[in-house]
Amino acid sequence: MGETLGLLAFGDKGWGDEILAGLGVTISLFLATLPFGIFFGFLIALAKRSNNRLARLVANAYTTIFRGLPELLTLFIIFYGGQMLLQQLADLLFDGVYVELNAFVAGIIALAFVFSAYASETFMSAFNGIPDGQAEAARSLGLGRVQTLRLVIFPQLVRLALPGLANLSLILQKDTSLVSIIALPDLIRNTRIAVGVTKEPLFFFSVACMIYIALAVITSYFIGVIDRWSSRGQAGRS
Amino acid sequence: MKLFRTIAIAGLALAALTGAAMADITKVRIGTEGAYPPFNYLDSAGKLQGFDIDIAKALCAEMKVECTFVAQDWDGIIPALLAKKYDAIIASMSITAERKKKVDFTDKYYTTPAKFVVPKDSKITDVSAAAMKGKTIGAQSSTIHANFLNDLYKDSSIKLYGTQDEANADLAAGRLDAILADSAILLEWMKKGDGLCCKFVGPDFNDVKYFGEGAGIAVRKGEDELREKFNKAIAAILANGVYEKINKKYFPFSVY
Amino acid sequence: MDFDLLIKYGPKLLSGLLVTLQLVSTSIVLGAIISLPIALMRLSKNRIINGIAYSYVYFFRGSPLLAQLFLIYYGAGQMRPLLQDMGIWWMFREAYYCAIFVFTLNTAAYQAEILRGSIQSVDKGQWEAAQTMGMKYWPTFFKIIMPQALISSLRPYGNEIILMIKGSAIASVVTIFDLMGETKLAFSRTFDFQVFLWAAVLYLVMVETLRITWEKMERRLTRHLRQVSDQ
Repeated sequence: MGETLGLLAFGDKGWGDEILAGLGVTISLFLATLPFGIFFGFLIALAKRSNNRLARLVANAYTTIFRGLPELLTLFIIFYGGQMLLQQLADLLFDGVYVELNAFVAGIIALAFVFSAYASETFMSAFNGIPDGQAEAARSLGLGRVQTLRLVIFPQLVRLALPGLANLSLILQKDTSLVSIIALPDLIRNTRIAVGVTKEPLFFFSVACMIYIALAVITSYFIGVIDRWSSRGQAGRS
Repeated sequence: MKLFRTIAIAGLALAALTGAAMADITKVRIGTEGAYPPFNYLDSAGKLQGFDIDIAKALCAEMKVECTFVAQDWDGIIPALLAKKYDAIIASMSITAERKKKVDFTDKYYTTPAKFVVPKDSKITDVSAAAMKGKTIGAQSSTIHANFLNDLYKDSSIKLYGTQDEANADLAAGRLDAILADSAILLEWMKKGDGLCCKFVGPDFNDVKYFGEGAGIAVRKGEDELREKFNKAIAAILANGVYEKINKKYFPFSVY
Repeated sequence: MDFDLLIKYGPKLLSGLLVTLQLVSTSIVLGAIISLPIALMRLSKNRIINGIAYSYVYFFRGSPLLAQLFLIYYGAGQMRPLLQDMGIWWMFREAYYCAIFVFTLNTAAYQAEILRGSIQSVDKGQWEAAQTMGMKYWPTFFKIIMPQALISSLRPYGNEIILMIKGSAIASVVTIFDLMGETKLAFSRTFDFQVFLWAAVLYLVMVETLRITWEKMERRLTRHLRQVSDQ
């Protein structure tokens, strides 16, 4: 047992520092994707509610595609396709310039696509959860469109969308593991490297699973904090 | 410390675009796999080492250009060259007709035959396609070995792996009946650890149609200037003894 | 569209599609069987029984499917002598069975939660009514409660199957030639980006077909639950 745990030591002999570095990449990727995912999810929800038919069509197609494709395939398409597209664009504009879509950015883009497709549905049902009377009441108070959205609709939207978004962020946290396949040295990839050298897959992959579960516990805790904060106005009424 | 560095790098990477103009060839970026010992691999400090790397460094010194190395997973190694992530691949890549459709190659810089390896207690002695019917054979994906097996060993079950290491591990674990790979790689693996499980069987495979004309350096199509520079440098290090020295460092026999 | 490519690799992609469908359907069915006892354990008032089921569910829902697959696939290789003694190595030897094993355990955890939620959502009055009619606990559970629970959980079940179809793409990293595996193989030989787009279309067709038929089925099966006003 002591010997096995020694595998997690830091420095040249143990794999603790490599695994920690991988965890750093996993967490950075998660935190970097989350705001983009939420923001685009919100925009797509707005597009779905818009009066413009084209906007609705595009937004619905986007949702169907990115909720229907395996995350791994989306990742490959962005990683290989995005790189080719960027390079072709660069070749058109400049001569002899190379551009690179690195694995980290490709990961953010792909994961944000998937996240926002799901998040847009969450926002949609949150929008539907706010009675129309609210907007009408705001208007009769003399609030403008933007003001109504910002002061009346948005705070309620956040509260209604939060459980759904929380669930999606827990899924996102696990989905980050897929980037190990496109060469990003995240927790899983560094674990695989450690396994390749030490031939101790049971130990290392168990450790990796436990780290993900610990992450889920921590994230759930923060979600709970945010949830209590966002529903503080509801206290005592229900 | 490493953790902070990783995060810092990841943060910087957000500025996805890196632009650089290529004028006269003074800098060459070289793509390699880094998971193919003893030809190219990462040492415990995370630095690229191996026969390919030493050859690459010798060639760059000969060409008087500054070289930087990029490690890239094997499956994506040609797409990344085409996408200009680097300018040349020095990663034990065999010169085959199929690959020549996408990239240009220099002259070869080494040739080693392919061979089958089986567990020591295996009863396999004949490795022809007919004899291997129903057997499970492993190889690294996107390699000459994978293509050879897929095209000729149609009655065997072919398993393909992202790295050679994973294929080796599954042979040692008893999931495979045999693997086909480069003999020099297998020789190195069978020296120690889980590689002690296994032995060579059958003849050398070097049919040019499948196994190509040896390992060459791949460059994008039309980059003739770079290719010619490499060719001259290969000839030069073969002539001046530098090649021989590197060869001896890794193998007791000539790999050219 | 490159027709030579389509003729050469189209059939291979379709055979991969078949593997994906087999993988998913087998795992979903086996997972459904295993999920029932787990859901019942989760409903148990016994804290130990509940705790075991809860840990199981938390483990499989809290860590990535990819990590679980690696754990079982490579872990089994390490435990080969033990598994051989137990006579089950033949199963773990094959990547395909390893994947089914992992997918089954994973989906069982999700399905157990769906089942638990829907059993709990069935009105308490149903239990009481059955009791007053003299029905025993288990007949009530299987004849009265379960059918209602299953109907109300149709939608989450449909979602779970879709998630499994998508999730199954990772089988390709342990040498299985499912749709994703065949796609990667075709790409590695052609470096033609098109193959990824073909695979995307096939996955979308699969998922959308399932979604639409599922929706129709759900609407049919739940028509008695709807009030006249929302028809």
